[in-house]
This record gives sequence, C-alpha cells and structure tokens, in this order.
Amino acid sequence: MKPAFTNAFAEVITNKEQTIISQWLGLQSKTGRRMSGAEQQEAAREAREFMDGLKSATGNEKSDDINRPAWTPVRDFLSGLSTRRAKSGYTPSETASFVFSLKEPLFAAIEEHLGSDREAALKAVWQTTLLIDKLGLLTMEVFQKTREDVISRQQQELLELSTPVVRLWDNVLALPLIGTLDSARTQIVMQNLLEAIVQTRSDYAIIDITGVPVVDTLVAQHLLKTVAAARLMGADCLISGIRPQIAQTIIHLGVDLSEVTTKATLADAFAEALRRSGLKLAKDQK
Amino acid sequence: MDRIPILKMGEFLLVTIQVDMHDRLALTLQDDLTANIVKHRTKGVLIDISTLEMVDSFIGRMLGTIASMAHLLDAETVVVGMQPSVAITLVELGLSLKGIRTALDVEKGMVTLRDALSAKG
Repeated sequence: MKPAFTNAFAEVITNKEQTIISQWLGLQSKTGRRMSGAEQQEAAREAREFMDGLKSATGNEKSDDINRPAWTPVRDFLSGLSTRRAKSGYTPSETASFVFSLKEPLFAAIEEHLGSDREAALKAVWQTTLLIDKLGLLTMEVFQKTREDVISRQQQELLELSTPVVRLWDNVLALPLIGTLDSARTQIVMQNLLEAIVQTRSDYAIIDITGVPVVDTLVAQHLLKTVAAARLMGADCLISGIRPQIAQTIIHLGVDLSEVTTKATLADAFAEALRRSGLKLAKDQK
Repeated sequence: MDRIPILKMGEFLLVTIQVDMHDRLALTLQDDLTANIVKHRTKGVLIDISTLEMVDSFIGRMLGTIASMAHLLDAETVVVGMQPSVAITLVELGLSLKGIRTALDVEKGMVTLRDALSAKG
C-alpha cells in the first residue's frame, strides 16, 4: 500500500507546508543553540528548500527509497548542509536535530489531516518515521565523513610540519625530530632527509632526537634504517639529543647503536661534524 | 651482446650501470671488471648507479659481490649516485651494503677513494 502512503504524505506536506515549517523552525531554535537574526533567516531558507525538495521527491516518486534519482536534490541538499555544519563547528546532535525535529510537526499535520482514519494515520506516521530516520542517518554519515576528512588532512599537515631538514653549515644538515616516530613518519623523514642530502650535497646529517618522547626498539630500528639509507647516499649520520633516561632505555632494551656516532647534544654533534670536515671554530683574537 | 662499459679514468675505473641488470650481464661485468683491475693495476673502482630507478635484492647482492672481488684484488670500491628511492628500497630490503663505501656523486666518490687510498698508505 505504498502509493497510498506517499499520496497522503505528499498531500499533507503540500497542504500544511506553512504550519510545518513554522513549527519546525520553532523546534529547531528551541533544541539548538541560540541563533542570531541572520542565522534564523538562513535556517528558514534551509527549511523551505528542504520542504520543496521533499515535496517534489514524494510527488514524483511513489517510493520512500531515498537512493532513487527523484531524491537526489534532497540528498544533495542534506549533504551540503551537513558538510557546512561540520566545518563551522556544529555538534553532531545539532546537525541531526535539523532533520529529526521535523518529525513532531509532521506527525501533528498527519494527525490533523487523517485524524478520522486511525489506521491510515498510524501507517503514515510509521512510514514517515522510517523516511526521516533514513534522511537523518544520511546527514550523520556525511557529517562524520567531513570530520574524518578534516582529521586526516590535519594529520598530513602535521607530518609535513614536524619533519623539517635544517642546513647548519655548508655540508652539514640537521634533522630535529619532534614527536613519536612511527613507520609512516620514518618514511617521510627518510625521504625528506635523502632529498635534502642530494640537494645540498651534504656529507653529514645530524638526527636530533631531543623531541622524541619515547625510544623503544621499533623507534631505534627506524632510526637505524634512516642512518643506513643516508649512508647509502654517501652521507655520515650522527645521532644527538639523547637524554639520560633514553640512554638508559636503549641499553636496557639491548638496542645496538654502536655503529652510529651518538652525542648527548646537538652542539657536540655539530662540533664533531665540523671536525670531520676539517673545519675548526676559533675565537676572534682581539 | 650487451656489455656494461668500463672506463679508465686516470688511476680509477668507472663503471656506469644504466640498463636493467640481469644474471648474464652481471656475470659479464664481473669478468670484465676483474680483468680490467688486474690489467690496469687499478686501486679504485667507482660504480655509478645514478640512472638506476629500481633495484631489487639481486642488484644489492651483486654490488656486494663486486666490491668483495675488487677487495681481493686490492682495489677499493665506491658506489656513487644512489637515488633516494633506491636507498630507501635497499634499506627496507635489509641490504644496507655494509662494507661498501658510498658517495653522493662521482666527484665526491673520487675524493672518498683518494682518502681511502691515502689512509692505506
């Protein structure tokens, strides 16, 4: 009996559109946060647009399957709304209540329209619930996806920000590492370092791990890999910034760093690199 | 048949690997190189792999073998011009070519060779 439902539904929302919209807006401003004048106007515009979409979708298509082409404008509208709200910092419940708060005015309108026929009214209410839930879920899915996109973009940015290669001297590079070193970051660190070695034709690279909070066997292995790769490119690697606790951890874990030159501070490592390149720092005699 | 050219540059031999290596080519290179080291009484060999974009464990092992052979004939080997991506691949394969000298390019490789030879005396 689906056609009967959509006909009744389409009738209801066409006849009672104004009432539904005004009640709906009232509910939205009650459940959501306080809105400014401009925001209220925007909400009213959005409500009208959504209702228009709903009207044309239920009018043309005798089906409540929201994946049908007739529902495309509604779906697009909801995706757009959800994306906008996710980006401007609305909470999930604020976004979801946009759709869900439509239920109450719809039910009221259905009751008024079909009040005499209890069975038809009940059926219409049930099918409206299903439809609104589907639309609500769609909104939440898009909302979630937008947030996930933001998070993954931030992760990417963080990766790029946190792995600079600094040129200390003519052929000495420094790579200050900050934050935990996992496989993905090691890969980026390695690539950045090797490209910088090619670009600057450096002979020495100092990896400074002052900003690495924890060094476990995996991190140590990643460090050794980076050192080995730099060596294959013909650059000598020194590791500096080993804090006392880190030195103890490394030894307790049995990690063998004896093949790499290690220094306590970046200054020591820099002095060592200069010494190996045959340079000397001297105080100006005046 | 394909052959990898071996150029004599003063006191050193320069080998530039520009094509995909396969077993036959590697064996020929080993033959030619060892023969040339003996013939010219060379003390240093530069292997330039700057045009190699891809490596596998076979090439990694081959480089090691050649270096060991050259060492037996009292010549030092320097591998030069490795691409960053190649270096990363070799390390991920667990082939860090310990015991082989490396340098960024041919010029730096020559400096490395001279240093190594003068250290030997």
